Amino acid sequence: MSSGEKMEAKSKKAGASRLCFLCNLRRPVLKRPKTLQQICRECFYEVFEEEIHQVIVQNRLFKSGERVAIGASGGKDSTVLAYVLSELNRRHNYGLDLFLLSIDEGITGYRDDSLETVKRNEVQYGLPLQIVSYKDLYGWTMDDIVKMIGLKNNCTFCGVFRRQALDRGATLLKVDKLVTGHNADDIAETVLLNILRGDIARLSRCTSITTGEDGPIPRCKPFKYTYEKEIVMYAYFKKLDYFSTECIYSPNAYRGFAREFIKDLERIRPRAILDIIKSGEDFRIATTTKMPEQGTCERCGYISSQKWCKACVLLEGLNRGLPKMGIGRPRGVNGDHKMEIKKPGSVAKSIESKQCGSLDF
Amino acid sequence: MACNSSGCESGCYDREKDNGSKIVEDAVAGGGNQESVCVKCKCNEPMTFGDGGSDDGRFCAECFRNNVFGKFRLAVTSHAMITPSDNVLVAFSGGSSSRVALQFVHELQIKALKNYEASRDRSLPVFGVGVAFVDETAAFPALSTEMVDAIEWIRSTVSSLSPPAKDLHVVPVESVFGSDSLDARDRLVKLLDSVPDDTGKEDLLLHLKMLTLQKIASENGYNRLVVGSCTSRIASHVLSATVKGRGYSLSADIQHVDARWKVPIVLPLRDCVRLEITRLCLLDGLKTVELACRSQCGINDLVSSFVALLQEENPSRECTIVRTAAKLTPFYFNKIPETDDSNVPMATQRRLKRFNIKYDGSMTTEAFCPICNGPLNRSDSSGLDTFEECLESDVLYAACCSSCRFQILPEDGSSLEQFSSYLPDHMISQVKHQKVNSQAYLREKIKDCLLLDDEEVV
Repeated sequence: MSSGEKMEAKSKKAGASRLCFLCNLRRPVLKRPKTLQQICRECFYEVFEEEIHQVIVQNRLFKSGERVAIGASGGKDSTVLAYVLSELNRRHNYGLDLFLLSIDEGITGYRDDSLETVKRNEVQYGLPLQIVSYKDLYGWTMDDIVKMIGLKNNCTFCGVFRRQALDRGATLLKVDKLVTGHNADDIAETVLLNILRGDIARLSRCTSITTGEDGPIPRCKPFKYTYEKEIVMYAYFKKLDYFSTECIYSPNAYRGFAREFIKDLERIRPRAILDIIKSGEDFRIATTTKMPEQGTCERCGYISSQKWCKACVLLEGLNRGLPKMGIGRPRGVNGDHKMEIKKPGSVAKSIESKQCGSLDF
Repeated sequence: MACNSSGCESGCYDREKDNGSKIVEDAVAGGGNQESVCVKCKCNEPMTFGDGGSDDGRFCAECFRNNVFGKFRLAVTSHAMITPSDNVLVAFSGGSSSRVALQFVHELQIKALKNYEASRDRSLPVFGVGVAFVDETAAFPALSTEMVDAIEWIRSTVSSLSPPAKDLHVVPVESVFGSDSLDARDRLVKLLDSVPDDTGKEDLLLHLKMLTLQKIASENGYNRLVVGSCTSRIASHVLSATVKGRGYSLSADIQHVDARWKVPIVLPLRDCVRLEITRLCLLDGLKTVELACRSQCGINDLVSSFVALLQEENPSRECTIVRTAAKLTPFYFNKIPETDDSNVPMATQRRLKRFNIKYDGSMTTEAFCPICNGPLNRSDSSGLDTFEECLESDVLYAACCSSCRFQILPEDGSSLEQFSSYLPDHMISQVKHQKVNSQAYLREKIKDCLLLDDEEVV
C-alpha cells in the first residue's frame, strides 16, 4: 500500500468502508498484535497458520513418518498448538502421527478440571491422549507435597517432576519428538531472565527452537515466533475449548517484573519481542562455554549431570521427611533456579512470571 | 578475658566490646548504629547517606572514596587506558558520572605531575587532559537558555581544575555536518525530523554526539576519549540493546576499551554503580548539571525505569547484568592497540598483557553499520554485494544493521533518499568504504583461484 493509499484509508476511518490490509476485500475485525495491521478474520487465520508452517519447514522440525507428542495442559498455548498442528499436518501432508501428552500433577480444583478439557480435545481433534500422573511415577501428588512442605518451593518440585514426567510419557508413547506450546513472549522473557541472573550457559541455548537433541527425546517449540496475544486471539476467534484458570498453588505467577516489562515494550514497539529473540540468537557466546557433562542418574537412569538426577534428590527428601533436600543453591549446575525477591512492605513479587511449567528451556 | 558482669568496674567488658565483638555485630547488622565504626578502617565514623543503599552506613568517607577511586584506578591501569605519553580527552556532559570521571582523571594527573617534579631524571612525562562538551541546542531548541548557563558553569568548573591547565572544547553537535553552522544546523534538524521513531531519533542523536566527540579528539591531537559510563548506565544499555535486537554488537559496547573508533574510547567507571557516583558527588561537593534532554516515552526510558525497579529489589542486579554481558565474547578491537612505546612502563605493559582480553581470531568482523558503528553480523551484511549500480540510499539500507534499519531509516524510498542526503559525510563515506572492504574480503577468500594478480579490485 502506498502512502497515498494509506492517507486515503485514514480519511475513510470514520466510515465502514475500511478494508482488510491484506486481502483488501473484507472488513477488518482485528489489529494484528505483531504488525498492527488491520486485517479480517480469514486473513488472520491464514497468516497465523502460515507463519507457523514456515517456522516448521525452515527449521526442519519434523520428518515424515515421525511420531510427535504435543505437551497438552489444556491451557491456551497447548490447545492452539494441538489444533494448528493437526490442521497443518493434514493440509501440508507432514505425515506425522500426533499424540496428546498430559501430566497429571494431582492438583485438585485445577489439574483435574484442565484434564477434562484435554479429554474433550482428544475427541475434538481426534488425537490419542496419554496421561502420566505424578502419583504413578513418584507416589506423590502435588496436593500431598504441598501438604507436607507448604506453599514455598512447591513450584520447584512441580517443575522438576514435570520435566521428567514429560520424557517418561513420551517414552511410553514411543514418540520421536515432543512439542511444547512455549510462545515468543515466553522465550523473550527467558532471554531477559537469563541476563538478569547471569546465566550465560542457559542464555546461549534458551533461544534454540529444538533442545535436548542429545537427550532421550528432542523437544521443539513451533510457537517460538508466535505472540501470546495472537494465540489468545486465535483461540478466541476459533472458539477453541481451553482452560484458563491459574494454578491454585501459584495464583500470582503471572505478575513477574520481566513479563510486565515485555508487555510494556510490546505496547511501544510490537517488534521488540522478536528483537529480543534475535538478540538471544546473535549473542556472541563462545562455544567453549562450560556445559554440564551429561551422565545418567544412578537411581532411575534418567539423564543427569550429577550422581542422582534432581527429581530423585527431591523425591528422596520427600520420602525421608526432609523436604528441604535439594532446595536452595548447592554448588554447581544442579541448583535451584528460582529467585524469590521480596519487596519490603508490599506484596511479594518475582522477576520471573511462570514459576511453573516453563522451567525447562 | 572479660568478666562479663555489669558490676565490674575495670572496664574490661567495654574494652573488649570496642575491640572485637562490637565490630562483628555491626557488620552483621549493616551498621546504622550511632556508635558504629567503618567496617574497613575500623576507626572512623561511617557515613550515612540515607539513600536506601544496602551498604549505607558501613564505610567512612575516606574508605568509601578510596574504594570508588580504587575501582577507577584499577580499570585505568589494568587496561592501560592512560599512559604517560597520552593526551586524554574527557567527554563531559555535566552529569554526575562524567563529573566524577573528570575529577578522577584530574587527580591522576596531579599525582603524575607530582611524581614528575619529584623524579630526578624526569623520564615519565605527564599525560595531557582536555575536556569536551557537546552542545545539543540545535536538537533541543527549548533548552537554549539553560544550555548557555550550563556552558558557563562548565567553563568555571573546568578552569577550577587547574593546575595542570585543561583545554575545554565546547562544540555544537551539528559540527559533524560541516563548518557552515547555519547549513549544518539545518541539516541536523532535517535529519532528525526524518526519523519516524522516537527511540531511533534519540539513538541517532547519541551516535552523532559520539561522532562529534571523535571529531574534537582527532582534530586536537588527543589519543584517548574518556567516557564516564557507569555500571548502571551500561546495564541499561545491555537491556536496551537486547530489546532492539542488537545482541551481536552488544559485546563491543560494554568493554573497558573500544578501539573501533579512530580515537579509542575508554570507560574507567565501568565498575562503579550510579549510587556510588552520586554519593561521591555529595561527599566531595561536586556540582552537576542535568539538562532534561531525554524523552520520556521511548524504549530507552522504559528500560531505564525497569533497571531502576530491579535495582530496588536487589542492589546487585545492575552488576549482575553487566557481568552477564561481559561474558559474551568481545571483539578484536576491544583492547588498546599494542604499542612499543618506551614511555609505557614495564609494569603497565605486563599488566596489560594479563588483563587484555583474549579474542578468537576467527570471530573478527569486517563491516560496521555506518550509522551506529556497530559490528555487523554476517547474516545482516550479506545483501551488500548485490548493489553494484544502484541508488546511494539502497546501498545505505543494505549497509546498516537491522536495528538501525528499523528504528532510524525512514521506510519509503523517497524519504530514505532524502535521509541519506542529510547524513554527515563521514557516515556516507563509511558506506562506500565498507563496500570496497567487503569486495576485498571476498577477493581474499578466492584469491588462490584468481589468475591475474593485477585484476581490478573495485
